[in-house]
Amino acid sequence: MSKNNIIIYGLILVFGIGAPFLFPAYKLQISILWILTILALTWDIQGGQMGYNSFGNILFFGIGMYVCSSVQIGMFFPLSEWTASGGEKTFLHTTSQYFEGFTYGLILAGIIPAIVAALIGYGILGLRGHYFAICTLGIGIAAGEIAGGIELIGAGQGMTVPPWPKGIGGTELRSQFFYYLCFLTVSITFLVIKWIYQTRFGLVLNAIRDNEDKAEAMGIHTMRYKIIGWVVSAFFLGIAGGLMGNMIGYIEPTEIAFAGSTYGVFMVLMAILGGKGTLWGPVIGAAVFHIFKEGFWTFFLGWQYVALGALIIVIVIFFPEGIMGWLREKYPHRFGEVVDEADRTAQVELT
Amino acid sequence: MDFLIFKAPILMVQASMDGILLGLLFALIAYGMALQWGVMNIINIAQGELVIMGGYIAYFMYTAGIHPAFGIIVSPIIMYFVGWFLYKSIINRVVERDLFISILATFGISILTQQLMNFVFGADVVVAQSNFGTTLLFDDSVTLPNAKIFSALVSIVFAVALVLYMKKSRLGRAIRATSQNPRAAKILGVDTEKVYAATFGINAALCGVAGSLIAITFTLHPYVGLPYTVRSFMIVIIAGLGNLPAVALSGVGLGVFEEFADYILGTEFRIAAVFLLLVVILVYRRFKLSKKREYLK
Amino acid sequence: MRNFKLSIALLSGLLLVFSSLAFAKVEGDTITLGAAVSLTGKYSTNGKNTKNGYELAIKRINEMGGVKVGGKSYKFKIVYYDDESNGGRAAQLAERLIKQDGIKYMLGPYSSGITKAIAPVTEENKIPMVEANGASRSLFTKGYKYLFAVLSAANQYLEVAIDLAVERNGGKGVRIAMAFEQDAFSQDVKIGVVEAAKRTGSEIVIDDNLPKELNDMAATLAKVKALKPDVLVVSGHTKGALTAIRQLADMRVNVPMLAMTHCDAGKLSKQHGEKAEYALCAAQWHKSLTYKDNFFGNGMDYDRDYTAEYGSPPPYQSAESSAALLVWKDAFERANSFDTEKVRDALAKTNMQTFYGNIKFSDTGQNIAKPMVLFQVRCDGGKCTNKVVAPTKWASTKIVHPIPSWSQR
Repeated sequence: MSKNNIIIYGLILVFGIGAPFLFPAYKLQISILWILTILALTWDIQGGQMGYNSFGNILFFGIGMYVCSSVQIGMFFPLSEWTASGGEKTFLHTTSQYFEGFTYGLILAGIIPAIVAALIGYGILGLRGHYFAICTLGIGIAAGEIAGGIELIGAGQGMTVPPWPKGIGGTELRSQFFYYLCFLTVSITFLVIKWIYQTRFGLVLNAIRDNEDKAEAMGIHTMRYKIIGWVVSAFFLGIAGGLMGNMIGYIEPTEIAFAGSTYGVFMVLMAILGGKGTLWGPVIGAAVFHIFKEGFWTFFLGWQYVALGALIIVIVIFFPEGIMGWLREKYPHRFGEVVDEADRTAQVELT
Repeated sequence: MDFLIFKAPILMVQASMDGILLGLLFALIAYGMALQWGVMNIINIAQGELVIMGGYIAYFMYTAGIHPAFGIIVSPIIMYFVGWFLYKSIINRVVERDLFISILATFGISILTQQLMNFVFGADVVVAQSNFGTTLLFDDSVTLPNAKIFSALVSIVFAVALVLYMKKSRLGRAIRATSQNPRAAKILGVDTEKVYAATFGINAALCGVAGSLIAITFTLHPYVGLPYTVRSFMIVIIAGLGNLPAVALSGVGLGVFEEFADYILGTEFRIAAVFLLLVVILVYRRFKLSKKREYLK
Repeated sequence: MRNFKLSIALLSGLLLVFSSLAFAKVEGDTITLGAAVSLTGKYSTNGKNTKNGYELAIKRINEMGGVKVGGKSYKFKIVYYDDESNGGRAAQLAERLIKQDGIKYMLGPYSSGITKAIAPVTEENKIPMVEANGASRSLFTKGYKYLFAVLSAANQYLEVAIDLAVERNGGKGVRIAMAFEQDAFSQDVKIGVVEAAKRTGSEIVIDDNLPKELNDMAATLAKVKALKPDVLVVSGHTKGALTAIRQLADMRVNVPMLAMTHCDAGKLSKQHGEKAEYALCAAQWHKSLTYKDNFFGNGMDYDRDYTAEYGSPPPYQSAESSAALLVWKDAFERANSFDTEKVRDALAKTNMQTFYGNIKFSDTGQNIAKPMVLFQVRCDGGKCTNKVVAPTKWASTKIVHPIPSWSQR
């Protein structure tokens, strides 16, 4: 690790750990930033590194959210009574029940989406290009519609997540607890993905993106790698979903869990904004996007989607390489690329 | 699950007729999708928004005292220019690019137009009255709104007109040439830029026709475009590009499937059924092709 | 590497921007309330109605001397955010209003679903919220202490209609067809109907749940045609109401009684004219009710002032929103303090009459002093209006039952 890198990781770590004390009012905002970062990072495994543009990764986010809360509730109380439309009865988790349920819930929130990804992966990852994109879009929307029809998890009514137990400190502690969990999750996600990209596995992913047929011809079982890549995404997305559900406190099938039109699009957009196919791109994209969104567009009152639409168009037309791509163009040396000046100018003259 | 439909066979007749009429209306939107997908290799996510925009044109004619059915003449003319403008301002920058870029760009257009429609037309759910009446069949047990029959007929007329136009007219032949091989067409003196603009314009015009029909059969709202986009996409995937009768047929198939899914699975799973059908069709085709070591592309 | 430093600099810079934008709850002579309403997305029509109701009330209260606390007169102000008709976004914005903008007093959003998303946030932060558009009963069974709703609960919306049908049937149970959207509000209306059916020994013959993207009810209505129930109840916000009427007329479905919600928000009588005639509609408020207060006068005055301001008559969503601010004003003056706990206690003791109806909260924060009204769309020479038919105290006309068949209309 170079000296620069140490400084940067150190700064981020300091920011991550110190933020709740430096900006106490923004704990939820920054927690959501970490969640968004996970979304962008995991999307980029498919979209950026593997060349499979998925519109349906929100599926795993939603499954994770529902699994986590269902386990939290179902371990101690009958789930159907909890979600029964009237909500006549009120159940309260004790402190130990709450944390026990939450721990198991969060673990399963990672594992079950990963299993789902493995099961459907073989069928769906065999599709290519835009067929893959549209097929995943279909799965994401169908999942929301189906969840909206299942009575056990509250159907269209949605379900409430167990409230923070009384007696161990108030909202401050709760938001700090979730903040650090989010930060921990994003850190682990980042490190795992960073490690993956450095191994042979990362190279295979890139080979699939560049030319899948050739990769296959060279004896790589591309399907196996594609599925594993998807499983990794699904695992972290599921955990992010479980955390998000608990932070919001209320789960609704099409707007919060399988929110294809918001988070489903944002994850793609953030990765592209930051620069897809790079490690840091999604992180930067998420930060810039979230800050832009919360800092400015909340004040547009109704115009924000006009701004978002325009932003998407501008990004894909003028900056399809994203911020990292732009930097790479501008400062190639910093990316370890050697540019032959004569060669570069020669090319310019040609065109 | 509900098996009422099997107990009362007359409902099957009703469902099939509803499905066929609905499917032909979807097919009208899919013609445009098939055309511009085939020619420009672009998947237009904003298709549904173009439809709704066309519907609002008919609605405003209705509020001005003109019969909304005339929307099928006025709306395509206006929408042709909207399409042409969209091509010249945005689409032309993404035509040659990666498909994913065009999906995202048209997705941006879709969000943008939704919001602009919300500002210009208001967020109210609106309807235009055609007062066409209803056709009663089998001793009143099957009812077909004349507005739906009218829509289906219009859809068929436009399909025939489109086929003839593509075969006979100069621009139509240029469009077909470009879809087969844009470079060769260019070399042979076809102004492909113009062809693309015209194709997108025709697509928007067809959406305009469909929109005016939706204004008199269903309801309009700035945010209801997406289901139309998805359905037209599915119809095209099943039918393949550049085969209009097949598009009409697969539209009808989808319409009937939807109605039966509604009766059997329950209304709440209707949309889920449509999307799952899409997934199933794609995965089925993928396995079929993979036997020959090919893939969908 | 410069880009990382850049991103960190951006981050911290913008966080500074955030913090400088904070509002205070009471500053100078202004009391700032916070609200997230739907200005875009599928609820934007009613989100707008809600906002209009708030704005009209603020204007009126501020014009008439504002709020007097501790001998000083304060003016109301509202900080709005757009929740994009999305519960997740709304919860995030509620947290933002409370934590970042320092809001201590909240107004509700539009729709039960979004209120359900916000309520856990306000509750946890002990911020009182007076809401006017979240009717779902599940809001009042969670033991929320800081939530006050000026409206009757959703399950009461169409119960009246079932009772009416049973009464018309000589006290015997009726056959009911139901079509409800898959959202918090409509599903609660459904609970009310199901309970009423159980109570009266009625049979539910069709139970359809409509998707949120609904635009076609042909299948449900074909079933209605085949099974011939005595009552058809529909609830699916404005889109559901408009779609139902359109397709009932198109498909010539005869049903003796049709009961629905959101008729006035959907401008049913204007958009569908005579096709909508005889539809029974549940509403929280109607302009012909005889309640009054010192700010808006009675319902007719409110209707006149609202129409003058916004160019269209007020749906009940606007009226209840205006009432929410009257409740806030009253509570502040009785509490004579800005302390949230004291204001909350004052809110809990609210007992007042407004142009919108009497307001008195139960322990769970639900308004128990106001009945629902049921009106019927009636046409006279092509002009259609909503006429109250129940409760009998305000009924301006007798209900037409059964609805004449299409061939006789």
